[in-house]
Amino acid sequence: MRSGLLLSAAAGFGLCLAGSALTLAQAPPTAASLRPVESFGTIANQRDRSVALFAEMGKVIQHPRCMNCHPATERPRQTDARRLHQPLVVRGKDGHGAPAMACTTCHGKQNYDPARIPGDGHWALAPASMAWEGKSLAQICEQLKDQNRNGSRDLAGLVKHVTTDTLVLWGWKPGAGREPAPGTPEQFGALMQAWADTGAACPAS
Amino acid sequence: MVSLKVNGTTHSVDVDDDTPLLWAIRDNIGLTGTKFGCGVAQCGACTVYVDGQPVRSCVTPVSAVGDSEITTIEAITGKEAEAVQAAWTARDVPQCGYCQSGQVMSAVALLKENKKPTDRDIDLAMNGNLCRCATYVRIRAAIHDAARALEI
Amino acid sequence: MTAHDPNLSRRNLSRRTWLKGAGALVIGLHLPGTARAQSSGAGAAFRPGGNATFAPNAFIRVAPDNSVTVLVKHIEFGQGPFTGLATLAAEEMDADWSQMRSEHAPADVKLYANLAFGVQGTGGSTAIANSWEQMRKAGATARAMLVQAAADAWKVPAAEITVVSGVISHASGKQGRFGEFAEAASKLPVPENAPLKPASAYKLIGKEGAVKRLDSYDKSRGKAQFTIDIHAPNMLTVVVARPPRFGGKVASFDAAATLKVKGVVDVKQIGSGVAVYATGMWPALKGREALKVSWDESAAEKRGSRELIAEYRALARQKGTTAGKHGDAEAVLAKADKVVEAEFVFPYLAHAPMEPLDGYLQWDGTEALARFGSQFQTTEHQTIAAILGLPPEKVKLETMLAGGSFGRRAQVSQHLAAELAMAAKAIGPNRPVKLVWTREDDLAGGYYRPLFVHRMRGAVKDGKITAWADNIVGQSFFLGTPLEAMVVKDGIDATSVEGANELFYEIADFNCEVANPKVGVPTLWWRSVGHTHTGYAVECFIDELLQAAGQDPLSGRIALMGDKHARAIAVLKAVGEMANWKGPGPVGDRARGVAVVESFGSFVAQIAEVSFVDGEPKVHKVWCAVDCGVAVNPDVIRAQMEGGIGFGLGHALYGELTLDQGKPVQANFDSYRSLRIQEMPEVEVKIIASTVAPTGVGEPGVPPIGPAVANALAALGQQRPRQLPMVGRTV
Repeated sequence: MRSGLLLSAAAGFGLCLAGSALTLAQAPPTAASLRPVESFGTIANQRDRSVALFAEMGKVIQHPRCMNCHPATERPRQTDARRLHQPLVVRGKDGHGAPAMACTTCHGKQNYDPARIPGDGHWALAPASMAWEGKSLAQICEQLKDQNRNGSRDLAGLVKHVTTDTLVLWGWKPGAGREPAPGTPEQFGALMQAWADTGAACPAS
Repeated sequence: MVSLKVNGTTHSVDVDDDTPLLWAIRDNIGLTGTKFGCGVAQCGACTVYVDGQPVRSCVTPVSAVGDSEITTIEAITGKEAEAVQAAWTARDVPQCGYCQSGQVMSAVALLKENKKPTDRDIDLAMNGNLCRCATYVRIRAAIHDAARALEI
Repeated sequence: MTAHDPNLSRRNLSRRTWLKGAGALVIGLHLPGTARAQSSGAGAAFRPGGNATFAPNAFIRVAPDNSVTVLVKHIEFGQGPFTGLATLAAEEMDADWSQMRSEHAPADVKLYANLAFGVQGTGGSTAIANSWEQMRKAGATARAMLVQAAADAWKVPAAEITVVSGVISHASGKQGRFGEFAEAASKLPVPENAPLKPASAYKLIGKEGAVKRLDSYDKSRGKAQFTIDIHAPNMLTVVVARPPRFGGKVASFDAAATLKVKGVVDVKQIGSGVAVYATGMWPALKGREALKVSWDESAAEKRGSRELIAEYRALARQKGTTAGKHGDAEAVLAKADKVVEAEFVFPYLAHAPMEPLDGYLQWDGTEALARFGSQFQTTEHQTIAAILGLPPEKVKLETMLAGGSFGRRAQVSQHLAAELAMAAKAIGPNRPVKLVWTREDDLAGGYYRPLFVHRMRGAVKDGKITAWADNIVGQSFFLGTPLEAMVVKDGIDATSVEGANELFYEIADFNCEVANPKVGVPTLWWRSVGHTHTGYAVECFIDELLQAAGQDPLSGRIALMGDKHARAIAVLKAVGEMANWKGPGPVGDRARGVAVVESFGSFVAQIAEVSFVDGEPKVHKVWCAVDCGVAVNPDVIRAQMEGGIGFGLGHALYGELTLDQGKPVQANFDSYRSLRIQEMPEVEVKIIASTVAPTGVGEPGVPPIGPAVANALAALGQQRPRQLPMVGRTV
């Protein structure tokens, strides 16, 4: 039986089946919500406010849903515990995997919850230039703004990307067995817009 | 009713939309060369081609297939398929043989895209196909054999 | 795989006891008085060529089209008996390999008992060993009768006739093939003692390239038929909801939602849980998902791996049952200046054959046909008959190709056959059922390689190992079962201590004790059985002691063997030469480790070359020398060594089935990590030439690889892993 089925079946049994404890120990709990933009209004200094807004965005950026596919190496990670993807898959020439092991070999256009396989119309790995893994929030911030490393996007383009790209939006609807990114895409988009409007300042470190 | 185009024939199968292609192929259409091993895209035994590209049929709902052309191990053709299957037999690759349909499907897909795969290319293409008998030494050798045969 | 080597079994196994459990008769090699006396219903059912088929005995059929079909009494799930047994028959028949075919023999203990067990069954790496005489005699008998038939037809003396590659010839120029004489031969009396060839005349046995596997073609094309591929009119697919903890029982269930799932036909409680019957696998799974079951867990095992390990560690510090002893190891250890201690912990392991357990059964209330990958046909046949309430002769069991076993299908408890029969009985006659386990069912389903602890102590003085003590703790899967007499002697279950209670190494003061605690987790033999843990503990610890004594791992082992273990020494020397052994290293970032284990009568030494990459051992190359007596099919032996190395390595590196409060944690291959192609080392195999009767190859490739890798890691400056798996351990 698919593990998704297994869990729901187990719930039906009134008992919890295998899969919860040891190996599947999850990453430290992350904030499930995002602070609304308005709550940053108390920060008088615009630059400080911008930095604070970005730090809040960091809860999403550094969440497993986003970080897993912005790896430092050619290999993505998976699960909330951020283990290396099994089987071994790589970015490949165009971010869509290796010959005979393209992302689409397993990932369809939509999540397939019975088998807990996530999916999206353009399931792919972020380009190496957009690697976030192992970087500080400050470094990620500078990288995000660098048009050589962000897909040639200006700030408006970035906001549009995170609010309309289906693969980014997938982070909030990741399917069975995965924790969604904190907050909502609308909240995240609003934070980013506010960050852009406040000068898109980056944390110092 | 879902319409599936498998090995050149259109079949109407009476299954729910979320039914994995694997079970529609095996239980409803009756083609059993495609195997069930894990149900979660970890072992590759269920590999078929959808419009020529390898896909794990155990995690592909029939609703996602549309009018794509599905090809199973029973109907693979062409020089890569012939070379791979000849190499598999010549090397006596299979042991229990249960995973080998999937192995052959992945190997043929690799050679269609990459005429002269390196060991690393083979690792990347084939590591999604588990073999509990661990026939991996021969799988690798047979893919190299098939690539050489295709050069001639 | 089963528990014991053929020699051990002949020595220890009381066939009568086995059969008391099995309720059958013992007849060894059964060659009927005349060919036509082949009267068994089962035998008669297997006549591919119809009445003109020549069936000189229970094992060989010659059809008019010249094809020779060998009926193989051992199940083929990868280890090659279809090819091996056909090789033996073809050799003595002087058949051409292209005319050979293989099929599974039907379940019939009178004809097809495993000579090592007394009942029909496969395991213990016995297929070639117990068929070595039998199949050659069968082939020689067939040849003699075909030759006689030709002699009668040509009116020439049989002694003047030759047979080469399936062609029967006489100097007069007369020539014919087997098929032409099949019918005439079938009317001749069966000769008593057809002569066997001398080894010098072999054309197939032991000859490189002479024989290819008979099953490769179909298996490379999706044509091989496994149990899961069976379809029949009106057939239902069955999945069973089983208790989440071992020992749990159904308290109550509510199938209302299940019965609403399209394709679900019925739901029945059976002995093992609640069975969902559907028109296909997906509705069956959805139906099971919708099922509500309350489990009675009052008698269930609730301890987890962590608790069991703690208990076993404590037990390893108490006096156990002595399994091997000479001298006084405790006294020497008490006085020794230098005592080396190591405690090895081995997890539960699942077999996880690629084809999960499954079975097909049809019955009409008076007769039944079961088809599945049966590894113990005799007892499974009887179990099915008993549950259906039918006399055994009304039940046919057809053995199917199986997608691996590694011990999983060799069921002491008969639980699969029983569940299959219960599922069929519960739905009633004339509804054929196909019972299928999912991967999750398989991994959560128990019958694991038992969790074991070895507490080892050794004393080293003046460059010599002076004492050795090993306290072993783990479950026995024999004690208390009907098969206990097979391997249990004086309270010692040989499968717990084999490979540890007697060593190759001459150590003056030696002690080995064992404790078999009762735990409610079903366990079972797992490819190479006790050697899976004893091989690791012994070969890691001897390496550690040799290191402490300043000895080379390879020459130090040989020096400790004295003059008693020529075959072990020979494989060690051979593997050293293959690898050009110059010590463990490291050289650059790579080091080498060696290990040697005798199991199932065969001797295997391996050297592994290992580095450490990204926090994981990377095994680059393995050299393997094997002495399994006469090498019947060299390439099959090589394949079994390669596969055994991969299987052993995958589990040593990644394999563990963890219990958390009694519940299995790893649910599928995403967490029960299995070796993948990029983790498979290059393998070089040398088969030692031998004239000794052949012994097993299915299992003996497994035990040395784990310790060889561990010993290489030690040479890289790390501790030999004391607890397995080496990577990603959760306990």
